Amino acid sequence: MNLPIYFDNAATTRCDPRVVEEMLPYFTEKYGNPGSRNHAFGWESEDAVDLARERIAKLIGATPKEIVFTSGATESNNLAIKGAATMYQKNPAGSEKRGHIISAIHEHKAVLDPVKRLQKEGFDVTWLEPGEDGIITAKMIEDALREDTILVTIMWANNEIGTINEIPQIGKLCHANNIVLHTDATQWVGKMPTNVVTDEIDLLSFSGHKMYGPKGVGALYVRRRKPRIRLVAQAEGGGQERGFRSGTLNVTGIVGLGKAAELCAQEMDADGARLIQWRKRLEDELTSSLEVTQVNGHAEKRLPHLTNISFGFVEGEGLMMAVKDIACSSGSACTSASLEPSYVLKALGVGDELAHSSLRISMGRFTTEDQVDFAIGKIKEAVLKLREMSPLFDMHKEGIDISQIEWAAH
Amino acid sequence: MAYSDKVIDHYENPRNVGTFGKTNEVKDRKDVGVGIVGAPECGDVMQLQIKVDDQGRIEDAKFKTFGCGSAIASSSLATEWLKGRTVDEGAAIKNTEIVEELSLPPVKIHCSVLAEDAIRAAVNDYKKKNGIAEEKEAHAH
Repeated sequence: MNLPIYFDNAATTRCDPRVVEEMLPYFTEKYGNPGSRNHAFGWESEDAVDLARERIAKLIGATPKEIVFTSGATESNNLAIKGAATMYQKNPAGSEKRGHIISAIHEHKAVLDPVKRLQKEGFDVTWLEPGEDGIITAKMIEDALREDTILVTIMWANNEIGTINEIPQIGKLCHANNIVLHTDATQWVGKMPTNVVTDEIDLLSFSGHKMYGPKGVGALYVRRRKPRIRLVAQAEGGGQERGFRSGTLNVTGIVGLGKAAELCAQEMDADGARLIQWRKRLEDELTSSLEVTQVNGHAEKRLPHLTNISFGFVEGEGLMMAVKDIACSSGSACTSASLEPSYVLKALGVGDELAHSSLRISMGRFTTEDQVDFAIGKIKEAVLKLREMSPLFDMHKEGIDISQIEWAAH
Repeated sequence: MAYSDKVIDHYENPRNVGTFGKTNEVKDRKDVGVGIVGAPECGDVMQLQIKVDDQGRIEDAKFKTFGCGSAIASSSLATEWLKGRTVDEGAAIKNTEIVEELSLPPVKIHCSVLAEDAIRAAVNDYKKKNGIAEEKEAHAH
């Protein structure tokens, strides 16, 4: 087995070799600008972009004209959130009460930060807090609705814990109340069936590199009918992408995203069925053999390929070092300047100590069963080794309640 | 972030992991000083125990640490350095020496500070039990 093993597919995925193969000619042979309308080089590239647009639209149940290419989900989120808020605002820039936005505290930073910017610039924001299961329900949105609500932005599946929010129900609610729904579907598209029509989504962000495509390319779905969604462009210039996003198209990236979308449409059912079994095996084996170990977030309503597990009394970064043959990520923020653990786990009410003790393990199309079994063994071994070294585990065994100790915070 | 070879060595082969007894057992032992510093919510807790002979020399030291690789390495190194020193010599160990020895990057300096605090807390506990004037309090950070 080649080491280390990649278990961080929620961070990025390996680009599928079939995707790369399809991209290659567009670097050196078919290098025209699709905006060049007067020669064969331009037409050839435009055809390639059109095909990609069709494949992507098909993956999410949209029409090709509703796909706006971007540099990735961060840009899609910024365009959707800032573009919709400023288009549908109740009062102009410089005034207060520009409109009400609903989001949640455990969104990705690429949603939190644009929404916080709008909040500073005169929009009101309701920040929803999930329950212990991590899920945002349609009921929570309904309870937060106001007369002046203009935008709801809620991710489809959470990037740290994999929990799935009630997106189709939220879509229905938003449409019934004439409110724009944006969803950051970066962890969802390509892994789970998506239909923007029946799921009633207005704006949907996703990224190539989370679905076995290349980095640096993504898309925003912008609904064209019932209702037609308008946005204020954030990048102005040549008027590409129906004026929503100026800039020469990243043809190679777009070709790659298109191929990745086609492959995902063909393979997601089989990939998902396989990965959910392995995810359950990982969770069952680790929680049954190690005491004070918990899976974070809802037990069932979660992505097939991602799990987030807290191992009491061992620190996440130390744990990752002990399982160095397994490339995954931790909810511990020990590497960052702040000592704050994951804000997502804290949002679920996971205690600071257990939040520091978590691993996020995310599998993908290229994960094998051998690798999963190897990871289970390695993680068990590492947790036991670190517990031998942990003063907190001793206290636990001696019956001392750690939460009752007055720690000198530092 | 890559760890230095010395951090990896201490992490993979930690020196002197353990205790001289359970919390209640060592509480009243005059030859043992215990320092527990840090907090679980900050992601670091270090427990350092020193065993002192009747000449005031540290004959053995043990640690247990909840924390990242650098925190474990810092406490492992501290136990190595403490052995054979008098308690006052031990208390004079500076976090900057640990940073230098382990080549800790800036984001990991707090691990060395915690180790220094643990040393001082253990020495102070020993002195308190034996009626010797304490060192000044560990610094806040």
